[in-house]
Amino acid sequence: MKRFFGRIWHWLDDRIGINDILKPLVDHPVPPRGLWTYVFGSATLFMFVLQVVTGVALSLLYQPSSSTAYHSLEFITYQAKFGNVLRSVHFYGASAMIILVGLHMTRTYITASYKFPREMNWISGVFLLLFTIFMGFTGQLLRWDSNGVWSSVVAAQQLGRVPFFGKYLARLLLGGDTIGSASLTRFYSYHVFIIPTFIFLFIALHLWLVFRHGISELPKAGRPVDPKKYRKWYEDYLKKYAVPFWPHAAWRDVLFSSIIVILIILFAWFKGAPDLTTPPDLTYIHTSPNPDWYMVLFFALFALMPHRIESAAMTIGPVLTVIILFVIPFLANKGERSPMRRPWAMFGVICVFVFVLSLLVLGLQHPWSAEFDAKPLPVAVAHPANPDSSVVAGVHLFYSRGCEYCHKIGGYGGTAGPDLSLVGNRLSEQELTIRIVNGGGNMPAYGGILTQADLQALVNFLHAQR
Amino acid sequence: MNKNESEQDQPSRPEDGLTRKGFLTRISLSIAGISAAVMAVPVISALVAPLLESNEALWRPVGRVDEFPVGGTRLVSFENADSENYAGVLAKSAAWLRRIDRNRFIAFAVNCSHLGCPVRWEESAQLFMCPCHGGVYYRDGSVAAGPPPKRLTEYKVRVRNGVVELQTAPLPITSI
Repeated sequence: MKRFFGRIWHWLDDRIGINDILKPLVDHPVPPRGLWTYVFGSATLFMFVLQVVTGVALSLLYQPSSSTAYHSLEFITYQAKFGNVLRSVHFYGASAMIILVGLHMTRTYITASYKFPREMNWISGVFLLLFTIFMGFTGQLLRWDSNGVWSSVVAAQQLGRVPFFGKYLARLLLGGDTIGSASLTRFYSYHVFIIPTFIFLFIALHLWLVFRHGISELPKAGRPVDPKKYRKWYEDYLKKYAVPFWPHAAWRDVLFSSIIVILIILFAWFKGAPDLTTPPDLTYIHTSPNPDWYMVLFFALFALMPHRIESAAMTIGPVLTVIILFVIPFLANKGERSPMRRPWAMFGVICVFVFVLSLLVLGLQHPWSAEFDAKPLPVAVAHPANPDSSVVAGVHLFYSRGCEYCHKIGGYGGTAGPDLSLVGNRLSEQELTIRIVNGGGNMPAYGGILTQADLQALVNFLHAQR
Repeated sequence: MNKNESEQDQPSRPEDGLTRKGFLTRISLSIAGISAAVMAVPVISALVAPLLESNEALWRPVGRVDEFPVGGTRLVSFENADSENYAGVLAKSAAWLRRIDRNRFIAFAVNCSHLGCPVRWEESAQLFMCPCHGGVYYRDGSVAAGPPPKRLTEYKVRVRNGVVELQTAPLPITSI
């Protein structure tokens, strides 16, 4: 039996040349040390394969039409056999891919692997990063629930801020001048056909380049890259120290990726994908659009940015970031690779991590949003213990006039504005009146909205909070 | 004899250097290029069609005049000008319609002028509030607080035969 299959294999190998293709890849020499730090690239690749496989499975169940997409999502989540697990794996796979792309990019930057002769590895990698982010964005939209639809509106608005072309770019994204039937069809085409085609092409280029230039050796302080001598030096280095890729280096890649896939399956099984929000309906406006977690840091950036520089920041920011990323290998394609000899580069990496993590945490908390779910303030929370009728009227007005959406008293209310539990200690009655009437900062002016009696009741109430 | 044969075998080289081989190469590439270019037209057209078509603005009814109390602000919905029959629920857009006095109406797009999230009307606070980044507008659509750079976009309103009508418009996009 074994001989029979052995003969089939030999026949195929002879006609197709499988071993002739695979053997050089499998045996190619790689530097022997630091191999655990090199697993992130292959993990990203395996995540992409996972996404393609689960994506194809989902495409057997999904309806990419504006009127039926949401229903097909409900079918996938609640009725299709293993549908919920499938969708959840695809969601966690997307999150994992974005995290791993970031880790891979960080590692290659720290070891300065973008230097000669691997500049094109970095450049093709930057393209892949942009494609990955775009895939994450369009993927969320394909859920085509309330969040997805409003996120498309927000994306179109951001594109609209580009000078000269903004409106055209927004229309290109949406497939029209409103969100409608054409929008989802477009996002489906972007997410399933157009961008994946580019990803396949660029992955092929990226992997070919890894094979052509070899895996970069771990940097060592005092051993700078000299383009004139590097290729020869690398060849000699490999002759002396290299190990074959399979199995000496590859086993780590396989193990790490397998663990990640198992973790994703566990998350998918026990936690599940984000719940579908309400069906897409642009006339239902009681919704708080929220992007998936990896977009939340941009959400936080737009909330916290100084308002006047917004249009400039939204257009110049991304363009500048991308230009800087592309230019890195040309600014510094030779010289020291060791992180110990590149303190400013390492400082930059730390800054990026700090910025990204802080924006992420803030974005998930979004303290700047009005607390629309605030319950009316109970009179018992107000000081003094036995308030007179004016103060009680103030308590009710504090809720009905919307103050409580942004201000907390006794733990009730929102965080967009300062906590007013003890405001009587800080502001006099006159100061309170001026503030309420005139607004200021992020507070509206209530002068044209409150009657004199309302204003007096509120001021009495607030002044008593001490 | 040998010399004659070898002369016939060699291609004659014209003075400007274009050989038969070069000529055929150019013709092949040109034909391939032209057919590719012609094929690209419908493909690119599918991609950029929405930039080239413009929709006429249509008047859509949103309710009878007597349904809207004076001084009140109500949410209304209307069908977009460009909806296809597979748009489902997304065929409609919403607007906030305010009756200023007996004869005057004003209609606002629900999209916040900051980044497009839908604003809510808080009746007793008499403010429009955006859930996304803290934008607030007064009842006349002007900015009260937060990041929005300009007032709420208005839709044109008219009254015909006792019915309030709104003119459809593209999604309001704030430009730089």
